[in-house]
Amino acid sequence: MTKGLLQLDNVSKVFDTVTAVDRISFTLAEGEFLSLLGPSGSGKTTTLQMIAGLTHPSSGAILLGGRPIGPLPPYKRDIGMVFQNYALFPHLTVARNIAFPLEMRRMRRTEIARRVAAVLKLVDLPQFEARYPQQLSGGQQQRVALARAIVFEPKLLLMDEPLGALDKKLREQMQLEIKHLHKRLGVSIIYVTHDQDEALVMSDRIGVFNQGRLEQIGTVEQLYEQPTTRFVAEFVGETNVIRGEVRHGANGCCTLETAEGPLRGRAHHAFTIGSAALISVRPERLRLEAGHALRSDGDGIPGHICEVIYMGRLRKYVLDTQGGQKLIVARQVAGAEAKSFAVGDAVIATFVPEDAVVLQDRHEQGGD
Amino acid sequence: MTGAYPERLWPSLRAAFCLAVIVFLVSPMVIVAIVSFSSAPFLTFPPPGLSLQWYRKLASSSVWLDAIATSATIMVPSATVATAAGTAAAVGLARARIPGAGLIASLIMAPMIVPVIITAAAMLGVFRAWGLQGTRAGLILAHTTLAIPYVVFTVLAALRLVDDRLESAALTLGATRWRAFWRVTFPLILPAVLSGLLFAMVISFDELVVSIFLSSPTVRPVTVQMWSDVRGDVDPTIAAIGTLLLAFSVCALLLETALNRQRTRPLETAGTGPKTGPRTGPRTGPRTGPRTVPRAAR
Repeated sequence: MTKGLLQLDNVSKVFDTVTAVDRISFTLAEGEFLSLLGPSGSGKTTTLQMIAGLTHPSSGAILLGGRPIGPLPPYKRDIGMVFQNYALFPHLTVARNIAFPLEMRRMRRTEIARRVAAVLKLVDLPQFEARYPQQLSGGQQQRVALARAIVFEPKLLLMDEPLGALDKKLREQMQLEIKHLHKRLGVSIIYVTHDQDEALVMSDRIGVFNQGRLEQIGTVEQLYEQPTTRFVAEFVGETNVIRGEVRHGANGCCTLETAEGPLRGRAHHAFTIGSAALISVRPERLRLEAGHALRSDGDGIPGHICEVIYMGRLRKYVLDTQGGQKLIVARQVAGAEAKSFAVGDAVIATFVPEDAVVLQDRHEQGGD
Repeated sequence: MTGAYPERLWPSLRAAFCLAVIVFLVSPMVIVAIVSFSSAPFLTFPPPGLSLQWYRKLASSSVWLDAIATSATIMVPSATVATAAGTAAAVGLARARIPGAGLIASLIMAPMIVPVIITAAAMLGVFRAWGLQGTRAGLILAHTTLAIPYVVFTVLAALRLVDDRLESAALTLGATRWRAFWRVTFPLILPAVLSGLLFAMVISFDELVVSIFLSSPTVRPVTVQMWSDVRGDVDPTIAAIGTLLLAFSVCALLLETALNRQRTRPLETAGTGPKTGPRTGPRTGPRTGPRTVPRAAR
């Protein structure tokens, strides 16, 4: 994280009347692996295409190595890109597909041959150079696309849902391979995905997109522990969200008056007393106690268990709270001695305030 | 029994009907071909004997040879120009965001829809004013106009099957728009472009109506020569020239079908089959040697 390779400064893209990308700013460090995570249509692919130069921002600036690249056509940007459908040239062999960017750079034939052989070895496809793309499996095509995008040694590699078409097992294998490749080559990668697990496994940092906006950007831990919006809290991992009104807040701790009673959580910015807010608690940060009254330290939400889902490592409980909400609690199945609860049991879900986050209630504030 | 009967009856009726249609359509052509080998001095069917005399007469007739030469010298430039212009138009219509693209497309397609006699009369008026009536250049121009829609149609259909992300990928890999087109898109639509070229050739060679309006005694394509002959003294020479024209069209169509098969067949066999990609520019690829594909290595 020494110096910024790529910088986006208030970049927007408007198609006719639809704002696909809305004032996005971030900096990518050299050698960093950044994932852009979000549901489909949230603007992450458009952002990637603007960086590649395939579409132009309506406003804002993109800087590569400190230089604005707005007027630069894609073929002068030296940015590698792996497309969702691989976009391999069907009329060329694997070797000629990979040689393509080198031929465009008018490299010498011997040098091209050397580099193609080296990169094929790197992606573990050495005997495949004379094949055509249609003769390869999805995973092999994926590797050829990757090889073609890195063979000209770009400083920045863009990947647009590159594993979307592969089955789960192959995906997981390719995730690790891409990650290893990233370490070996030291290339910076921007990786677009809608799969949060994929983003969690691979990234140094994740930028969460929603409706054209970059909701939050940070390390996996930051996003999980300190989400700044409800969307991020719910999109990265699973969470329980309870609405309430701010009673008082001091020293980064905030108390909300909710239908479940007063609940405390961490607050990352100041809230005005009396404003509407949300409190978010992860299912695995909730503990269960039998009974109706709170015994231990911390905050508790009383309720009844209405559903138990056994998932092997975990047991998930769905609670009907007194405040009329559904609450999900995940407890590890530690062993035979671990007590479990049954449907109908009266319980209290407790948590320590450090494990809960108070968030702004955007719906109340935005007034939409 | 009552159930099985119509089930067997229908297919045979259908087959008989199809056969009748084929006979109706094909028999005139077959008869013309047979008559062209007739030994009789006039058009009779069946011919009393076989002979190549009419082909011999054709080969020694300066009128017919001139007409064939005229047709060829109109066909080659008009088909070439129509293919180039039609391909460019199709690429523009399919890829570029042009305001009024729909209107442009219908204007290009107009010669296909407007009755030929109207086109011919209109061209006669305009070409006369421009001094193109009765000239080779006029006929080339007219045939080009008539052939362009067929080229646009075929190439446009092929372009719709080519993923435009391939060109985007080429751009990110360092190709200019121009090189991306020639190295990626063009090889993929080449079979369609060649189909268009064949269509354009056949259209020019077979064209009669516009040619009648625009030809002159000095510039007279084969079809016009046939037209004036049929109305005068008819001998089997006309059948011989007709057969040659027919053979030309059939060959073109067979070639087109072969190209089509090449285009629609997945490239799975391309490793051993003929190369579909053209060699535009020098082959700079690292692997142009033997292309034996280890099939078992999957």
